[in-house]
Amino acid sequence: MVKQKPEGMIAEFENPAALLRAAEKMRAAGFSSFDCHSPFPIHGMDRAMGEKRSPLGWIVAVVAFLGFSAGMGLEWWSSSVAYPLVISGKPFFSYQAFGPVAFAVMVLSSALTALIGMLALNKLPLFNHPVFNSDNFRRATDDAFFISILADDPKYDEQATRNFLSEIGGQNIEQLLETTEMKEGA
Amino acid sequence: MKIDLNTFRLSGTEPTKTRFLVAGILMLAVSVAGYFMDSHQFFFSYLTAYLFWLSLGLGSLFLVLLFHLTGTRWGSVLRRIIETAAVSLPVMAIFFIPILFGMHELYHWADPEVVAHDEILRAKSGYLNFTFFVIRAAVYFSVWTFLAWKLYSKSLEQDSNPQAEQIHAMRRISAPGMILFAITSSFAAFDWVMSIEPHWFSTIFGLYIFSGGLLMALSFIVLFASDLRRQGLLTTTITTEHYQDLARLIFSFTIFWGYMAFSQYFLIWYANIPEETIFFLKRGVGSWRIISWVLVLGNFLLPFIVLMPRAVKRNNIALSVVAVWVILMHYIDLVWIVMPVHHTQGIHFSWMDLTTLAGIGGIYMWVFWIRFAAQPVVPVGEPSLDESIAFTNN
Repeated sequence: MVKQKPEGMIAEFENPAALLRAAEKMRAAGFSSFDCHSPFPIHGMDRAMGEKRSPLGWIVAVVAFLGFSAGMGLEWWSSSVAYPLVISGKPFFSYQAFGPVAFAVMVLSSALTALIGMLALNKLPLFNHPVFNSDNFRRATDDAFFISILADDPKYDEQATRNFLSEIGGQNIEQLLETTEMKEGA
Repeated sequence: MKIDLNTFRLSGTEPTKTRFLVAGILMLAVSVAGYFMDSHQFFFSYLTAYLFWLSLGLGSLFLVLLFHLTGTRWGSVLRRIIETAAVSLPVMAIFFIPILFGMHELYHWADPEVVAHDEILRAKSGYLNFTFFVIRAAVYFSVWTFLAWKLYSKSLEQDSNPQAEQIHAMRRISAPGMILFAITSSFAAFDWVMSIEPHWFSTIFGLYIFSGGLLMALSFIVLFASDLRRQGLLTTTITTEHYQDLARLIFSFTIFWGYMAFSQYFLIWYANIPEETIFFLKRGVGSWRIISWVLVLGNFLLPFIVLMPRAVKRNNIALSVVAVWVILMHYIDLVWIVMPVHHTQGIHFSWMDLTTLAGIGGIYMWVFWIRFAAQPVVPVGEPSLDESIAFTNN
């Protein structure tokens, strides 16, 4: 027995320019849970899709500040509180010498934050995605341009969305169906 | 001022040129009077002002070389402004002559009497002597003039008869040119600035001066283009996108300056050898100590934080304020390097600081404007110009 559940819809577009125009129309029509797929980055796509700027920079800035303070704090505590040692006649709290280490801690913590934050904000790692239900979608890494809409979009409607996609120039419109094979008697 | 949209040349630039010329001559005349009142102060003020304007030319020359080497496309609309600032460098060769007359006041090593009683200076006299100093200066100016002029004239040739040959030629000149620039600008900094403290030495000093000059050149471009924009010129050619990229470069070279300044200070602080620490000890006396901290906070930390948000980089007024600040800090940086040799007890303001600055600047900008007004304001023959105009960040 086979159970199929609709997860969204996918439409193919002729070229990058058509994809860009279609993305603008999707946004204008009020779709929120849609994405564009292309073998290469397209200039102006973020704006066409109405993507907000990533908050990652601000997150990294905060972590960088904390990382620097933590590095400085560690050095201050270890060399002026926990185990004070006179080194070449310099003061216990020689911020000049602590600078490079605090800097390195800052770079390390912010680089890791940037990497992990980027993955988290992109909801990665992701083991499967509805678009993989389409065989045609494989061409997205080769020579084809797609728009996908997920079924959780409040504006998603099987027939209306299909009509809209074809109206804005979409071809090979496919419903994305999740197929589950159910064992007998289950 | 108006732009002719067929030739892309400006018209009505006469009042601007006259204003710079009159201001330059007037201020230089007043400075000459200052020379007769206090020659020592005059030469120190003059050297500071000289370095300030020289760094604009050298920073611009570096950017032109960099543009050709990397095949920059985003910045093609800015190239003519930068080239014109660089090709005004030979003027600084003429302004160098008074420094030769002030050698005895500025550089103790030029005084045979002092050298005879100073073992260190005696040992350095193979390098630090008048004849070799003049020869080196002549070499530096020849290299800079050759590079700036060659690149500028190729660019003009491209305006009237665009060929692939010019692009290749500019690239071919820029590769060895960049190496020559690195060597000459570094040694010029050693000769003209570092040798005012002839006992002291720092191998990173050339880069330190260079990093300030690049900040100066970038900030100048921002202010110059913004000024054209306020007069309604090139408003759709030099766009927010270009300003954002210039702001990014200012941001990154703020970090570069901080890196150079810290590297120089850190190694000297760590080793704690008297012949090296003398530089910072002199700059820790009296009010010079305050200036040292003003530089750390004002030339590094403040621009670093302020230029971080995208909104500042894309706001012309905010960016112009930052550019004025960066230029002011660059000047204070030069004052902090040069002046403690003369005013050992603390910062001392002299009216000659301003008149020499305005005098040299007036003439420099006058020469700049003569060329800028005579040629198209953008490199019209550059193939990447359309792409540069349409350029957007992401």
